[in-house]
Amino acid sequence: MTGPLIELKGITRHYGSGEALVRALDGVDLAIGKGEFVAIMGPSGSGKSTAMNIIGCLDRPTGGSYRFNGVEVGTLDQDQRAILRRHFLGFVFQGFNLLPRTTALENVELPLIYKGQPRAERRARAMDALARVGLQGREHHSPAELSGGQQQRVAIARALASEPMVILADEPTGNLDTKRSVEIMELLVRLNRDAGLTIVMVTHEEDMAAFASRLVVFTDGRVVRDEAVGERVG
Amino acid sequence: MLWETVRLALTAIRRNVLRSFLTVLGVVIGVAAVIAMVTVGQGSSQQVASSVESLGTNVLIVRPGTQIMGPGSRNSAPPFKLADVTALGDLPALEAVAPVVTTSETAVFGNMNRMTSVTGTTAAYLDIGGWELARGRRFTSVEDRTGANVCIIGETVRTALFGATDPTGEKIRLKAISCEVIGLLVAKGAGSFGQDQDDIVIMPVRTVQRRLLGSQDVSTIMMQVAPGVSSDRAIGDIQALLRERRRISLGEDDNFAVMDMKELATMLNSVNAVLTGLLSSVAAVSLLVGGIGIMNIMLVSVTERTREIGIRLAVGAEARQVLMQFLVEAVVLSVLGGVIGIALGLGLAYVAAQFMAIPFTPGLGTILLAFGFSAAVGMVFGFFPARAAARLDPIEALHHQ
Repeated sequence: MTGPLIELKGITRHYGSGEALVRALDGVDLAIGKGEFVAIMGPSGSGKSTAMNIIGCLDRPTGGSYRFNGVEVGTLDQDQRAILRRHFLGFVFQGFNLLPRTTALENVELPLIYKGQPRAERRARAMDALARVGLQGREHHSPAELSGGQQQRVAIARALASEPMVILADEPTGNLDTKRSVEIMELLVRLNRDAGLTIVMVTHEEDMAAFASRLVVFTDGRVVRDEAVGERVG
Repeated sequence: MLWETVRLALTAIRRNVLRSFLTVLGVVIGVAAVIAMVTVGQGSSQQVASSVESLGTNVLIVRPGTQIMGPGSRNSAPPFKLADVTALGDLPALEAVAPVVTTSETAVFGNMNRMTSVTGTTAAYLDIGGWELARGRRFTSVEDRTGANVCIIGETVRTALFGATDPTGEKIRLKAISCEVIGLLVAKGAGSFGQDQDDIVIMPVRTVQRRLLGSQDVSTIMMQVAPGVSSDRAIGDIQALLRERRRISLGEDDNFAVMDMKELATMLNSVNAVLTGLLSSVAAVSLLVGGIGIMNIMLVSVTERTREIGIRLAVGAEARQVLMQFLVEAVVLSVLGGVIGIALGLGLAYVAAQFMAIPFTPGLGTILLAFGFSAAVGMVFGFFPARAAARLDPIEALHHQ
């Protein structure tokens, strides 16, 4: 299969109707190839989060075509999208979104449970993923016992564990100080460069966007800028 | 996957032990009440059955008045006399006939005494009542006729007055009379109403009438139907004879009642069954209330864990997997409540059985039914909250505070 991994064509997403109609996305065309590291920026309300939700198959577009790996997924139902997320997508959120009072290991195992992997295999993969983000020895800590940067690493490990094709990161450094933010970005860059993982990241910080290889800027539900950016060496 | 879900449910329940316990308290109480009611009910039916068996077969009793039990017009009806007993004894349909007069008296031996029930009757009473002698002998016909000062005592009276020693040949005092213990009854245990059947002193009827009651009346007559004769025929003969002796004209109602002991037992059992059913259904209502409690807390739990649900959906959980998670949690919760309830109910029934002196008969069927019922309660009342969880939108759930 050649061609882009993620291909949005004329995507619209409308909320409400009549007078109150909101065009969160108003005809977005965007193609992201395998192995790219794309940063999405834009003012709040520009539609960048909506676009992320649609790319992440958490939401469905009102109109247009969304092909993932060559397959039309914009029309899939909720459970079909869940299965797609389970196998091909990994999420990293601003607020980490780890299960409280649950160890790092168990948090990372979570997507693997839904993939139906046996316990022993799950454990091994989760340990491996935690090692990849540099959290060996912290497997049995609960989120409350970890720093913000460590929690975000657990979240990245969780996204990695199911061996996805794409990692979708929604403001991954929004809750972290500059030092931790840079560490997280360096981790993402390494995963992108070494493992060839496709990464799509929403951010509002220029400094963080600079880690990506491509910058896409949204305004009023449309892509207004799309350019390659210089990669900073981690 | 199911085992995984059960483990997950157990983790969630453990996380909030107190709340989980309070949540299932309704189910615990409901199941415990049903189990205790049914077990005690079964025990007392068994008790009735065995006490009827101990009476011997085909026993009829007749009393003045229109009803054996409950409010009757016994006082206005003329009492029986010993002559009635003699006349009934001549009926070929009857194997044995015994008069029964009862009173309460303090039996004294040395410095020991016991308030006991005194039955005045004849030797035939022992056959009809299915009594056997552990020691000594029955009344002779001469003692019956003359009203001799002799008595046969039950095990409880013997223990109270004599301890473990042989009472026969000793003299006990009842009111003003001193009577010789000539026999000791084999212990029978508790009767249909939980009374102690061994707390008894049996004396010749005339002795009790003259020396204790000062009356010639006979309050009850016990009869045993002859072999090969149906109790209906015997009852017919008894009614015909007594109507004639009591000069009841045609069309007038009997002023006495004949009761078949088997019938009485059946009646007691059906009353028992109705009571058990009634109490159990009241108890079942608390199961319903318990189910509503579970539903309430599960709904709260779904709201509290909205973000968790969002995370699960984001990493690829299907709606039905989220539904299963919460449904299993509700079922595990109510089954745990059911198990605690079963244990508690059996404990209560055991204590009640000891207290009421009835057999403790836990039924496997009842236990399984209660178990299944509590699982069903979890299933039914857990479904709505679980569906609410499964229908959450992943994006909204993830941004829930």
